[in-house]
Amino acid sequence: MQDSHIVSGFDRDLEGVQAQVMKMGGLVEKALLDAAEALELRDEALANKVRQGDKAIDGLEELIQTECARIIAQRAPAASDLRTVLTVMRLATALERSGDYAKNLAKRSLVLMGVAPVGTATGTVRRMAKLVVQQMSDALDAYIARDVVRAREIRARDQEIDQMYSGLFRQLLTYMLEDPRTITASMHLHFIAKNIERVGDHATGIAEQVIYLVEGELPSDDRPKHDAVSESV
Amino acid sequence: MSDISANTPGAGPTAGGPNAGGPNAGGKPKVSILGQSARMKARNRTESVFKVLGLTAILFSLAILALMIFTIFRDGTSAFFQTRMSVPVTLSAEVLDPAGNRNRDEMTKQTTMTYNKVINEAFLAALAAKGIKTDDVPAKELTDMISKGAAGELRADVLADPSLIGQTIDIALVAGGRIDGYMKGRVTRASAERDTNVTMGQLDVADRMKEAGMLSTSWNWDFLTNTDSSDTRPETAGVGVAILGSAYMMFLVLIMCVPVGVAASIYLEEFAPKNRWTDLIEVNIANLAAVPSIVYGILGLAIFINVLGGQMGVEALKMSASLVGALVLSLQTLPTIIIATRAAIRAVPPSIRDAALGIGASKMQTVFHHVLPLAMPGILTGTILGLASALGETAPLLLIGMVAFVANYPAAPWDGGFSDPATALPVQVYSWASRSDPAFIERSNGAIIVLLVFLLIMNVTAIILRRRFERRW
Amino acid sequence: MNDMRIADRTVDANGIRIKASGVQVHYGDSHAIKDVSVDIPDKAVTAFIGPSGCGKSTFLRTLNRMNDTIPICRVQGNILLDGENIYDKRVDPVQLRAKVGMVFQKPNPFPKSIYDNVAYGPRIHGLTRNKAELDGIVESSLRKAALWNEVKDRLHAPGTGLSGGQQQRLCIARAVATSPEVLLMDEPCSALDPIATAQVEELIDELRSNFSVVIVTHSMQQAARVSQKTAFFHLGNLVEFGETSQIFTNPKDPRTESYITGRIG
Repeated sequence: MQDSHIVSGFDRDLEGVQAQVMKMGGLVEKALLDAAEALELRDEALANKVRQGDKAIDGLEELIQTECARIIAQRAPAASDLRTVLTVMRLATALERSGDYAKNLAKRSLVLMGVAPVGTATGTVRRMAKLVVQQMSDALDAYIARDVVRAREIRARDQEIDQMYSGLFRQLLTYMLEDPRTITASMHLHFIAKNIERVGDHATGIAEQVIYLVEGELPSDDRPKHDAVSESV
Repeated sequence: MSDISANTPGAGPTAGGPNAGGPNAGGKPKVSILGQSARMKARNRTESVFKVLGLTAILFSLAILALMIFTIFRDGTSAFFQTRMSVPVTLSAEVLDPAGNRNRDEMTKQTTMTYNKVINEAFLAALAAKGIKTDDVPAKELTDMISKGAAGELRADVLADPSLIGQTIDIALVAGGRIDGYMKGRVTRASAERDTNVTMGQLDVADRMKEAGMLSTSWNWDFLTNTDSSDTRPETAGVGVAILGSAYMMFLVLIMCVPVGVAASIYLEEFAPKNRWTDLIEVNIANLAAVPSIVYGILGLAIFINVLGGQMGVEALKMSASLVGALVLSLQTLPTIIIATRAAIRAVPPSIRDAALGIGASKMQTVFHHVLPLAMPGILTGTILGLASALGETAPLLLIGMVAFVANYPAAPWDGGFSDPATALPVQVYSWASRSDPAFIERSNGAIIVLLVFLLIMNVTAIILRRRFERRW
Repeated sequence: MNDMRIADRTVDANGIRIKASGVQVHYGDSHAIKDVSVDIPDKAVTAFIGPSGCGKSTFLRTLNRMNDTIPICRVQGNILLDGENIYDKRVDPVQLRAKVGMVFQKPNPFPKSIYDNVAYGPRIHGLTRNKAELDGIVESSLRKAALWNEVKDRLHAPGTGLSGGQQQRLCIARAVATSPEVLLMDEPCSALDPIATAQVEELIDELRSNFSVVIVTHSMQQAARVSQKTAFFHLGNLVEFGETSQIFTNPKDPRTESYITGRIG
């Protein structure tokens, strides 16, 4: 199989849209890290910056979707090209959702700045965010390299985040039982943790898209799930 | 997306606007399209020179054609007109039917000599009756003004209708060739002085007869129906036998060539395998079409007349027979028809064959249901053009004796007329053109006009048939 | 994922109509088809795609022995139509072509009336006993070709007077009239405008319920739109044969991938 299309404009289109997705990935990663930092360090300015920054991510997402629609209409992509375009669209959606979660995290951190801190939970959240961002960045790297082996590895790593989330959930539950005054803060923290866990799911989704992109089929075996919370009472 | 359009080269503003004529952003000098470059001028010049040359060539050929037609019609139209003298003739029963029983068989004993005498007397009497001054001209010269064929015509009329005997009827006697020519302007007093066949006295009398209304020139059907005649009476010569002979031959060529030619073409084009043998046949057909026609004449003489007609004793193949002529012309026309038919068959789009074969038509059904109907206009045109060239063919017919003097009509086809001696229009033209009397030259041109009319009819038929059969696909 | 596919697009066990195995075609010295084996399913549309000169049309024409008309063409291997070898000595190709109809690239109606175009096949094969039966076949064929409503009032007008798309549907009606079992179509839309193409494609999709349809096309989009099975030919080889949805989203062979994504001509 040759690398370049007979119609070189097609190559330029595909490269352009993939570059936009990478740019979007960078913005989302930065937003997540900043939001987690703002939460832990109670940095109001940084939190506000993250909230503002989401507009750029949303804009990029819209741009990518329009561009993909144009490519489908004009180039009628097939096979790997079709899968590339579809993957780019799904990636853009996943990244946009992740960006929204980062914004949500920043919003909640502003609320949390007004109440007393709950134990070491914010630190755990920040570690979790770092792990998720790493996951995301690895998934995007695997996408660029069309690296199926790495994508499968990332998929397996998702349970680590799930486990961290479960741990934090029990921790917060304990705080709330001990001292009902921490309920507000704990509830916010729990939503934050849940959202970060969802970003992790998106990162896994990106890794799965990489497998689809390369192999033509989504992995059929169920993703390993260790989300004890959904089963616990 | 927006950044792509910003990078489009050449989008920058050009200095000075579109009419400035200065270099644009790319550095290429701006060339106005309102003028012509030197190279363009040269190209246009050669183009117009070529057009003028082509037009000149066409005008030149048209001029030659017009000149030819003009000459033929100028010299030939008069053949369709004939000068006659109206003379009351008393057909006395004692002279023409001495037996008195109006029996046709007995009346045939009276030869043209007798009728000649009757006519001469009637003519002289008519001159006297009209009061035309004839005392300066001997009676022999006066009666010589009448055509030598006139007596024969009268005799034929009387024999056809014996009841005329005893009556006095007005007869339009055919004038002699020189008087006829004088009336039409072909013979002048100057040319007559050098001519032993006509005297000044005869011309004087002719002038006087014309004044008296005895001499007039009128349309001459006899030219189309009469047979050839001897050197001394060009005024009674006609193309009747030639027309009939040509018609017989065309008919025979048609029924011999078309089935054979079309069948051969279909086989070669649709059925024959493409190999060395069919290539050889193809080359030979093309070569046969290019063989000089006189060669076919020699072949016809050797094979049809000498071998088949002479040694093998086939009765129908005789010298001068239209059947032999038709056989020779068929040999010559066949390659032309085959080539035209093959071209027509090849011009049928292969998609039609595919369509028929694709729904399960056999090869034969494909050819006869689809290919042949579509090729028909081409086949017809080719055939008629082939026939037209056969119609104008002279050389091979000379060799098989069709140039012989034929005084009698060939019989009808069902009475064996195809093997009766006949002649053909182009041969008639040739044989008259080689006679010494200028009156025959006039007839020769007249025969050319008849031939041209024949060709015109055939070509018009070709066009009409083409229109009728032509279908779009 | 297989169980998630929309039922309409799948080819279930309709059975195999044509089974070609080890087919080799030579044109004189050139080897046009190299060992092609393919199973054409019944009641489905099979598309042959591939670059020009890849042998797809040649292979199509071996299926009703249209190649017989070309003297230098030799065919080896087995092509079974309902279990019978069409290259058997006892098979008359003329009879075979009534069972395996063909529609060509350029609409090629006979220069006759619409009625005569459709009636021609039944007439030469003696499929009808009287005029009424013939009228019936003509009507049903034109209905199957989705042309009846457009031409029912002018059946005796010339077929060549129809528009390009109508002419092509007339050709399909003509092929359908001999009630074939397989319909071969050699680039049936390449001479048509997009609307006429869409009409013919719609028709092909309808024909699928009665016939086994094999279509050669240069337009990969068309193959993707109308077919259930797709075969990709390249340089005389059958590179890949499979479900159309699979060929167009996830081809297995890199050559197929290159071709359908527009990387090789």
